[in-house]
Amino acid sequence: MSDQSNFIEKEDVVVKFCGDSGDGMQLAGTLFSDAAALIGLDLATFPDYPAEIRAPHNTIAGVSGFQVHVGRKKIETSGDFVDILVAMNPASLKSNLKWTRPGATIIVDADLFDEATCKKAGYLTNPLEDNSLEGYNLVKAPVTMLTRNALKTLGIDNKTADRTRNVFTLGIIYHIFSWSLDSTVSYFKTKFKKKPEMVEANKLVLETGYSYADTVETLGSSYHIAKAKMAPGRYRNITGNVATAWGLLAAAERSGRPLFLGSYPITPATEILIELAKYKSLGAKVFQAEDEIAGICSAIGASYTGSLALTTTSGPGLSLKSEAIGLAVMTELPLVIVNVQRGGPSTGLPTKSEQSDLMQALFGRNGEAPVVVIAASSPADCFDYAYESAKIALEHMTPVILLTDGSLGNGSQLFRIPKVADMPSITPPLAEPNDKEYKPYKRDPETFVRKWAIPGTEGLRHRIGGLEKDNGSGNVSTDPANHQIMTDLREAKIQKVADFIPLQDIIGAKKGEVLVVSWGGTRGTTEAAVDELQKQGKKISLAHFHHIMPLPKNTHEVLSGFKKIIVCELNSGQFVNYLRMKEPDFKYSKYNKVMGLPFTVTELVAKFNEML
Amino acid sequence: MFEFPNKTIERSVVELNKADFVSDQMVKWCPGCGAHAILASIANVFPKIGYRKENFMMVSGIGCSSRFPYYVNTYGFHGIHGRANAIASGVKIANPNLSVWIATGDGDSMAIGGNHFIHIIRRNIDVNIVLFNNQIYGLTKGQYSPTTPMGSVTKTSPQGTIEHPFNPGELVLGAQGTFFARAVDTNVKLMTEVMFEAARHDGTSVIEILQNCIIFADKTHEAITDKEVRDDAQIHIKNGEPLIFGKNKDKGIRLNGTQLEVVMIGENGITEDDLLVHDQYQQDPGLHLMIAKMYPPHFPVALGVIRSAMYPTYDDLVEEQIVHAKASSKILCVDDLLNSGDTWEIE
Repeated sequence: MSDQSNFIEKEDVVVKFCGDSGDGMQLAGTLFSDAAALIGLDLATFPDYPAEIRAPHNTIAGVSGFQVHVGRKKIETSGDFVDILVAMNPASLKSNLKWTRPGATIIVDADLFDEATCKKAGYLTNPLEDNSLEGYNLVKAPVTMLTRNALKTLGIDNKTADRTRNVFTLGIIYHIFSWSLDSTVSYFKTKFKKKPEMVEANKLVLETGYSYADTVETLGSSYHIAKAKMAPGRYRNITGNVATAWGLLAAAERSGRPLFLGSYPITPATEILIELAKYKSLGAKVFQAEDEIAGICSAIGASYTGSLALTTTSGPGLSLKSEAIGLAVMTELPLVIVNVQRGGPSTGLPTKSEQSDLMQALFGRNGEAPVVVIAASSPADCFDYAYESAKIALEHMTPVILLTDGSLGNGSQLFRIPKVADMPSITPPLAEPNDKEYKPYKRDPETFVRKWAIPGTEGLRHRIGGLEKDNGSGNVSTDPANHQIMTDLREAKIQKVADFIPLQDIIGAKKGEVLVVSWGGTRGTTEAAVDELQKQGKKISLAHFHHIMPLPKNTHEVLSGFKKIIVCELNSGQFVNYLRMKEPDFKYSKYNKVMGLPFTVTELVAKFNEML
Repeated sequence: MFEFPNKTIERSVVELNKADFVSDQMVKWCPGCGAHAILASIANVFPKIGYRKENFMMVSGIGCSSRFPYYVNTYGFHGIHGRANAIASGVKIANPNLSVWIATGDGDSMAIGGNHFIHIIRRNIDVNIVLFNNQIYGLTKGQYSPTTPMGSVTKTSPQGTIEHPFNPGELVLGAQGTFFARAVDTNVKLMTEVMFEAARHDGTSVIEILQNCIIFADKTHEAITDKEVRDDAQIHIKNGEPLIFGKNKDKGIRLNGTQLEVVMIGENGITEDDLLVHDQYQQDPGLHLMIAKMYPPHFPVALGVIRSAMYPTYDDLVEEQIVHAKASSKILCVDDLLNSGDTWEIE
């Protein structure tokens, strides 16, 4: 154990494990975050792996990383800069150094830094020997050698031993935090239930790493993070994609409508399809269609027959679904379309995150085809916004596009487990059997919502489709006046949803110098940046939007209280242009980035300071 | 009446008739269009099938054929171009208690919706596809389709088409279809019969109707349907019976080595015993494919049920998996799911 006097008290720490894909970095990161969660820290994680499944060894393209941000404060992002970097080989060091804080601790497997591997990573000289890492706290650990030596005593060969090197680095990290090894050892016991020798081997390597750290002078000081103050309750770790899937399952159960997903695999949305496919025991029907179009069309068919119908995709898939979304608008059927955004246009940057599908979600269809657009803002709240999307779709008989993104989908966060019975009720407008008054497009006078008549129900046989319908009877109509009425009604029906969503909140004072506006997946960084400036006494507030179409009813009022408004988004300015259209009384400036990377708190603070 | 193997779909307790399925909409197809006869056949067959009238559902895409749902009083959905089969897949999987009928054309299912057509067949989803094959795009006024005979002059092929047409039967069997039948729009009795057989079949049933478009491809099927030639140009095949045709019932089809050939009964010592006997239920699609490919001038075109083989349906397998999952999983409600795996309490 380290000398207690050398503890450094920290609010939060960012740890990143990186190495060759296959080095077990994702697992090391996961085990570290589980240990942190058990200690009572808040956390967020982000996996960062190559698009290729098995890229060449020791190349930059083959680097796989897993970043974990732990802290006693509320953790909203996986962190801008790394405090402790584990870099197994030269390529992983090279590709991650620019995200590593000056003075950070860098732990490398010194045995893997030879001339060949350095050259493959594009280093002219060995970075461990040319003093280029002088500004860091470098730990040149002979990980491979020490792991092999330790396991030799158990008669384990080198090849098998090398597969546990990740565990050795985990031991070093646990030493830095003075954490118990118990949670990780118990993981090994479950994982290798039938191979007790592997439990023993992994435990030994973990302990060897821990003891090794004790002997390293550069690791003189340890970090201490106090327990986070979190609302009492039962917690778990969850990724945005899994949270989305679960929110939809909860909505299906609460509404009593069976869940149907029609989908086609696409990065980074596939995990939602994979997750939902696991739950036939909940009655979920998951149809892996032949293409994106069949995904949404099968969902529309299922919606007509009374299911909570879903389709999940990413940008290119949303393009392919455009025509069918128009069909769901015309037939006024409930449908949730989840778009886990990625870098575009075209195939773009499949594994990188962006917010550039907003305009497509709002307007990317032929004709005037309004839909509800909602955006989640953290991995955990994907659950809530998926649930709300389903509720609005079912109760307002409309397609809803839920926007998340690659960072939210793959990132993880602690999630306080709700009880389904405590969630808001969902009451779809089902038509009663033999309702003599039933007409397919007869509407509720308040909400303009038509009734849902489920096939099989007596006395409600009817036909609908993509041709313009007569308001009321639902018969095909080409009457000019009727088309005007129906166009207006489709828009009014969506605007009415504003009565059923929360008002826009402001983080900070309602009046001030600068209002930062953001939406969707950037909340963690915009909130952290605004929080930092507020602590400095600056008159800055944040309005982070989750409801895009329709906008919350108090949007005008929210925007009114500030001298300057800056809209930050990971595109070239789509939400700002939408606001210019919807709320033209204000002058907006914008801050944008389209690099496939999230904002950093640092850059936002700098930008906002310019305006204050 | 045959025993229906399908026990999922609820049967009507009262006897139904044509009037139960007549819609209040004006039928807007051209006078003389073959689609009228197809509509008449559906009106014949739905009451005969005997399901509750609320358990029928019609789905369509775009094209003249796809106006069909408006003209039948069932639950109906008029989709978008090419997507009828995809929409219907969702309908049947989500609600297996419906008898699902798809009205589609050679443009809707062979061109823009070709992908969905082959995949619904491959999955063997229990729906009935009525394929109106008029070999032309009617609703857009006369462009060639994927089934237009090569060389045909149309608005988009002023010098004649230079594309090889699809034979829908080949496509169905190539996609591992379990049911394929063919009929002509001039024969309501035959259409009604094969539709009834299609309804009895568990799995994707494709019924190709050789349909006349009186405006843009009039007499396109004349070589088969014309009164003068039809006895020699058509063969009505029946399960368990030898393949015989001709005005005088003196022609037959036999298997000579690996190929079919037309023979004259009574000539060269050939008797009925030498002829191919049709087995629509055999699993191997080899002979079905050869029969489906027969075409004038060297062969008569086969009408009737060419193939109806028993295979598990996708929708039945989905339900089986759900039953199994419910019996074996620990996660039976969303609260179970939320609390599964690693969780911890914070006080």
